[in-house]
Amino acid sequence: MREIVVLSGKGGTGKTSFSAALANLAEGKVLADADVDAANLHLVLRPRVSEAYPFYGLPVAYIDRDRCGQCGQCAEFCRFQAIADFSVRQEKCEGCGVCAHICPGGAIERRPRQVGEVYISTTVAGPMVHAALVAGAENSGKLVAEVRRRARAMARAENLSLIITDGPPGIGCPVLSCLPDCDLAVLVAEPSAAGVHDLQRLLQVLQHFRVPAAVVINKWDIAVQRTREIEQLCAGRQVPLLGRIPFDSTVFRCLQQGQCYLNVPAAPASRATRQVWQALQQLL
Amino acid sequence: MGESLTVAVASGKGGTGKTSLATSLARVASAQYERVAYLDCDVEEPNGHIFLPATLERKEIIHVEVPEIDQEKCDYCGYCAQICAFNALAILPGAPLVFANLCHSCAGCWTLCPQKAIRVGKRGIGVVETGHLGHMEFWQGRLDPGVATSPPLIDALQKRGLGPGINILDAPPGTSCPVVRTVERADFVLLVTEPTPFGRHDLELAAAMVRQMGLPAGVVINRSSGDDGIIEDFCRQSGLPLLGRLPWERRVAEGYAAGLCAVEVMPRWRPLFLDWLQRIREIVAGRGGEGSAGNCGAER
Repeated sequence: MREIVVLSGKGGTGKTSFSAALANLAEGKVLADADVDAANLHLVLRPRVSEAYPFYGLPVAYIDRDRCGQCGQCAEFCRFQAIADFSVRQEKCEGCGVCAHICPGGAIERRPRQVGEVYISTTVAGPMVHAALVAGAENSGKLVAEVRRRARAMARAENLSLIITDGPPGIGCPVLSCLPDCDLAVLVAEPSAAGVHDLQRLLQVLQHFRVPAAVVINKWDIAVQRTREIEQLCAGRQVPLLGRIPFDSTVFRCLQQGQCYLNVPAAPASRATRQVWQALQQLL
Repeated sequence: MGESLTVAVASGKGGTGKTSLATSLARVASAQYERVAYLDCDVEEPNGHIFLPATLERKEIIHVEVPEIDQEKCDYCGYCAQICAFNALAILPGAPLVFANLCHSCAGCWTLCPQKAIRVGKRGIGVVETGHLGHMEFWQGRLDPGVATSPPLIDALQKRGLGPGINILDAPPGTSCPVVRTVERADFVLLVTEPTPFGRHDLELAAAMVRQMGLPAGVVINRSSGDDGIIEDFCRQSGLPLLGRLPWERRVAEGYAAGLCAVEVMPRWRPLFLDWLQRIREIVAGRGGEGSAGNCGAER
């Protein structure tokens, strides 16, 4: 079983459009939307949810008012300012449990808090695992890990050999949760000053964790000089370049209607994406 | 005046033009107001410096507290590992191990160690840098690659950078902890979106977050094609004020690629930004004394 994780360093590079396109090109695969903060793949793939599971974050502190002697030690020791007026502000609690350990009256315990849901769905492009996180909730890294775990379980159960994961933006906790056991990170880069900068940082992270990477340049013709810069960057770091997708208004028009641009096969972006998929298969 | 206004620019998701808008707002404000500070709180991918090429004058390494075990005093009882909710400690016979990158600095282990064998050590997680562009103050945080927790760095950045006058916070994408930590100290959250199903979906999430936090907010539509019904409907339904829109311009996209923010490419958009700032001041002032208990500008 192989897993491709599509990453971008930053949102807005076309990561989800590209993931949806891959989903349409690849056969015998499971799709996973690991951008749990702002999952978008479902807007293109329109899944029918068949199973939903609650997702619990780290347990958070809960104060039993009847046993609370109002000594205030919990608030004093809490590093996260999560306790005020002898009650817990759940959104600030990191679940460390220090308060429960120090409370002299044994009035504090930790209770699991549901912070999201994980879904198993069917789509026209194949089975899909995705999730929704309660707005403002923490532990998105843990939810990413859960989405990936279920995608793997599904691939094994249905004997599918490929997992395509639409990853989260950035280089922090949710992205790091995508890296263990990932076979290839496909980086969607955009040719802009910001894009080059983001790509450099993401490559640093991948190198640090020894995850193999390959790059596809999206909207390459909007800034040809920057595209060259990215190509040189890749050559210098021996990161394979999968191809270049041109700026194509078809992509934005399809996006506005929640469609995958591959539905317009003659569009320049569709042609280029099929070539990228050829190159990508060579690396798997 | 000593008066201060902190505006966070957030978007639910990257790629909507948040940084271009936030840096434009900072540029326009600094031509009008005495003290303007721009804080790039997207510490995972700080990009503001590309559009606001400030001269960086100071750099400070930011540390978080982590346990350091005194092997002389440790009797390997394992209590610290047992209570650590983040698995940042492991006590093998004769070898206490600390996994500093998992530590949340909760202070549990060094407060509760029966042998008092744990000292407070420190670990660098990134830097806060500051400088000027003209008289605008520029602040950014840069998280070290491989560090999982950005909120302490965002905290450190805001503690140093927030001051009197106008503060523009460029928020990270998404709606989870780093964004919550960024907008927490804001007086107003400016939500940037684009008129697509993606834009609307991400805006819904971001709006839910600010409503939950009780922060006043408003919407700006970027890359407007003239038909923004999908966003206008949402603003009406949710009672979020629509402050304005910026039309789709290929020149702006090309400018962005070259490291120019929106108002540098389109100077005639300047009055729009000033107007938004004025409306934000009015909305925030109108809420005076109401504290943070309100519900997301729903009064409008």
